[in-house]
Amino acid sequence: MAQAVATLETAHGGGESHIGGADHSGHPPTSTGLDSRKIAMWAFLASDCMFFGSLIAMYMIYRGEAERLYQAGQGIGPLPHEILDIPYTSISAFVLLMSSLTMVLALASIQKGNVRGLRIWLGATALLGAVFLGGQFFEFTEFKHEGLGLTTNIFGSSFFTLTGFHGAHVTIGVIWLMSLLIMSLRGGVRKDQALNVEIAGLYWHFVDIVWIVIFTLVYLIPYDEISTITHEAEGALRQIGLG
Amino acid sequence: MASIAQPQVMAQPITKPATGLWSWLTTVDHKRIGIMYGVTAFLFLLLGGVEALIIRTQLARPNLDVVSAARYNELFTMHGTTMIFLALMPMSVAFFNYVMPLQIGARDVAFPRLNAYSYWIFLGGGIILNLSWFFHAAPNAGWYGYAPLTSTSWNPGRNVDFWLIGLQVLGVASMLAAFNMIVTVINMRAPGMTMMRMPIFSWTTLIVSILLVMAFPAITAALILLAFDRYAGTGFYEYAAGGDPLLWQHLFWVFGHPEVYILVLPAFGIVSEIIPVFSRKPLFGYSVMVYATCAIAFLGFGVWAHHMFTVGMGPTANAVFAGSTMLIAIPTGVKIFNWLGTMVKGSLRFTTAMLFAVGLVSQFVIGGLSGVMHASPPVDSQQNDTYFIIAHFHYVLFGGTVFGLMAGTYFWFPKITGRLLDERLGKWNFWMAFVGFNATFFPMHFVGLAGMPRRYFTYSEDSGWGPWNLFITIGAFVLATSFLVFIINVVKTLRNGEVASDDPWDAATIEWATSSPPPVYNFASIPEITHRDQLWWDKYGDHGAGSGVERKAPAPKEQVDPSSIHLPNPSYFPLVSAFGFFILALGMLIDNPVLTIGLLHLPILVPIGGLIMVVAIYAWAFEPAG
Ligand code: HEM
Ligand SMILES: [Cu+2]
Repeated sequence: MAQAVATLETAHGGGESHIGGADHSGHPPTSTGLDSRKIAMWAFLASDCMFFGSLIAMYMIYRGEAERLYQAGQGIGPLPHEILDIPYTSISAFVLLMSSLTMVLALASIQKGNVRGLRIWLGATALLGAVFLGGQFFEFTEFKHEGLGLTTNIFGSSFFTLTGFHGAHVTIGVIWLMSLLIMSLRGGVRKDQALNVEIAGLYWHFVDIVWIVIFTLVYLIPYDEISTITHEAEGALRQIGLG
Repeated sequence: MASIAQPQVMAQPITKPATGLWSWLTTVDHKRIGIMYGVTAFLFLLLGGVEALIIRTQLARPNLDVVSAARYNELFTMHGTTMIFLALMPMSVAFFNYVMPLQIGARDVAFPRLNAYSYWIFLGGGIILNLSWFFHAAPNAGWYGYAPLTSTSWNPGRNVDFWLIGLQVLGVASMLAAFNMIVTVINMRAPGMTMMRMPIFSWTTLIVSILLVMAFPAITAALILLAFDRYAGTGFYEYAAGGDPLLWQHLFWVFGHPEVYILVLPAFGIVSEIIPVFSRKPLFGYSVMVYATCAIAFLGFGVWAHHMFTVGMGPTANAVFAGSTMLIAIPTGVKIFNWLGTMVKGSLRFTTAMLFAVGLVSQFVIGGLSGVMHASPPVDSQQNDTYFIIAHFHYVLFGGTVFGLMAGTYFWFPKITGRLLDERLGKWNFWMAFVGFNATFFPMHFVGLAGMPRRYFTYSEDSGWGPWNLFITIGAFVLATSFLVFIINVVKTLRNGEVASDDPWDAATIEWATSSPPPVYNFASIPEITHRDQLWWDKYGDHGAGSGVERKAPAPKEQVDPSSIHLPNPSYFPLVSAFGFFILALGMLIDNPVLTIGLLHLPILVPIGGLIMVVAIYAWAFEPAG
C-alpha cells in the first residue's frame, strides 16, 4: 500500500481526461508535481471515509438494540450471534486482503513495463474481488433463508445497509479493474500510464481497509452479552441523547 | 461516438468564443459554466423569494388564510431548501468557477468536463425539487427534514421523496464540483503562486470545497437511511422498530453546521477581496485571515449539537457543545477585525460593491451576536424554535452571504461582461436592501423573544404579535423591490452600460490583468507571481497601492500566440450523462412500470437512466479531451 501510494515519479501519466496532469499535449506542469487525478482520488477517499464513518456510526448506535428488544419481548430475531458465521466471513475477508497484495503486484509490474504481469495481477485482483462478492451474495441469501431480511429487525436493517454499501464499493472496484484489464488487452495501459493503475489501486486498498473495520465491528466483537465496549459506548451515546 | 468528437480537436478555434445554444450546452469553459451557475441560481433565488413573500403575506395579520396550513408547510420547506441548495450554494460555486481559476492564473479548472457535469446535475436536482409542485407533492417537512415528520406514517405522499431524492442529486453535484475546486487550487496555480500568495477568495474556495466533501457524506448517508425507511420499510428512524429519530438530527447537523460555513465563507472571501481594493490597502492580517478560515472550518465539525440543546442530551453534552460553539465565535470575530483593520486609515471609496461588503461586516456581526446568545443552552431553551432563530440565521445568511454575493456581483460584473453596473441604481439597490432587510428581520428578534414560534402558519389576535408582523411583511416587500432594482440595473447595463476597462477598480489580483471579459484562454501568457496582491505590485511596486505612484512600466511579457494555446474540447457527454442521472432520479418519484429482477423491484426509468448515465461516462472517458 505504502508503495502504491508513494510512487510519485509516475505523476505525468497519460491523463486524457483532464488538463492538470499530462504534459504530452503541452499543458503546463502542475503546482505540486502530482497528477491532478491522484489528488482528486485522495479527496474522494477522504470524503468516502466520512460516508462510511456515518454508516458505521449508525451501525454502532444500533448495535445490540435488536437483542435488547428481543429480551424485552418486543422484537424478533434472528439475532447477530445466531446468524453471523465468523469462520466463513474470515475466509472471505482473507480473500479480500489478498487482493490488495495482487493489486500492489499489478502496479509494480506496469511500473517496470511488464504488461503481462499487469494483466495477470489485475485479473487476479478482480477475481479475488469477485470471489469476495460471491461470498457476500451467498451470505446474504443464506441469511434470507434463515429469516433475516432488510426489514426484519434493526439488526437486519443496519447490517445489510452497512455491508451492502461496502459490497457496492467492491463491485465498482471490480468493474474498474476489469475495464483496466480490457484496456490493457487492447494495448491501452502502457508503462507511462501506470498512474491509471495506481489510482484504481488507491481506491481498491481503501475499500479493503474499510472492510477490516467493518469486519471487526460487525463480526468479531461479540454480541450475546453486551460487551464492555458496547457498554461504554452506550454510556457515551446516552450523553448525546441516543441509545 | 468518439469519432464525432475527433474532428473537433483540430477544428476548435480558440481565439474567438463559439456562440449559439449548442456551444453553451457543450461548453467546458469555467467562465461560461460560472455564468450558467450564476444565472440559474439567481432564478432560483427569485423563486425562493416569491415563496418567502407568500409566507410573509400569510403572516401579515393574525388568522389570515391566504394559504392553507399544509401549503404553508410546503412553502417554508421549499423556501429554505431552495435558498440554501439552489440559490446561495450554487451562486458561490458560480464565483468559484468564474473567479478562482483567473485569480490563480489557470487556463481552466482541473477537470473541465467534470465541471460541466456538476452544473448539469445541479440543474437536474433543482428541476426535480421544483417538479414536486406539479405533482401536488412539494416537500413539507422543513429544510432540516426532522424524523418522524418524514416517516411514511406521518407523511405518506411523495413530498418527502421529492425532497430526499432532489437533495441526493444536488449533493452529488456539489461534491463533484468541490473535488474539482480542491484539485484546481492545489494543482493549477501559476508559477510562483505559493499558497500564502494566493488571493483570499481562492483560499476560501479551497476551504469551502474541503468542507463540502467532508460534510456532505453525512447527509448522503442520512438520506440513504431515510430512503430505506420510506421505500423499503426499514425503521432506522422509527422508535418502535428499534430505531431512533434523534439519529437523523445528529447526522443532519453533522452536515448542517459545516453547511452554514459552506454558505458564508465564500461571501467572506469575496469581501476580503473587495475591502482592500476600495480601501487602497492590502488586507490587514492576511495570514491570520487564512488561519481563521481554517480554524472555523475545523471547529465547524465539533459544534453540531448546538442545534439540539432542547432534545435532552444531558448536561455534559450540552456544556461541551456550548463551549465549542462559543469557541468558534473567536476566529469569526478575528475576521471582523481584519476587515475593520483594513479600512482603518485607508482611502475609502464607497462604490456599491464596497457598500455591500461593509454591509456584510455590520450585519453579520448582529447575526454572530445572536448566535453566541443561543450558544448558551439555558438561553437557547427559550429561543429555540422561535422567530429569534429565524432572525439569527437571516442575519448571517442574508446579511452575510447574500450581501457578500451582491458585493461580488457588483465587483466582478465588469470583468464578466465588460460593462460596469450603474452606480446610481446600485446605491438604490443597496440602501433599499439594507433598509428592507433590517425592517424584515430585526423585529423578528422581538416577536421571537415574545414567544412567536417558527413554522406555524398563523397566530392569534391576542398574541400581540400582529403589529410587528405587519411591519415585517412591509419590510419584506421593500427588500424584494431592491432585487427589482438590481434586475433593472443588469438589463440596463447589458444594453448600454458604461464599457469597463480591464481594471476598472484599480484592483490587486491578477484576474484584473486580463481583458474584460477575458479571452477563452484567460491569459495569453501565464503570469509569473512574485508577490501577494500581484497586480498592485506590477502597478506600484514598493510604493504601495495607496501611493498613487506608478512603478516604471515592467518589461512587457513575451506574448504567446493564442492559437498555440491548447484548450479542452467541448463535450456533450456531461449533459447526456446528467440527463441519465435525472431520469434515474425521476424514476424513483413518478409512476412508471416496475421491472422485477430477482429480489429487486425497479421502476423501469431507474435502469434506463442509469444506463444512459454510465454509457455517457464511458464515452466521455474515451473521448479525446484535448
Ligand atoms: C458566531 C457564530 C455562530 C453561532 C455561535 C451560532 C449559533 C447557533 C445556534 C446555537 C443555533 C441553534 C439555535 C436553535 O435552533 O435553537 C443556530 C442556528 C442556526 N444558525 Fe447559527 N451560529 C453562528 C453562525 C452562523 C452562521 C455563520 C450561519 C450561516 C451562514 C448560521 C446559520 C444558522 C442557521 C441556518 C440556523 C438554524 C437552523 C435551523 O434550525 O433551521 N449560523 N446558530
Ligand atoms: Cu450550527
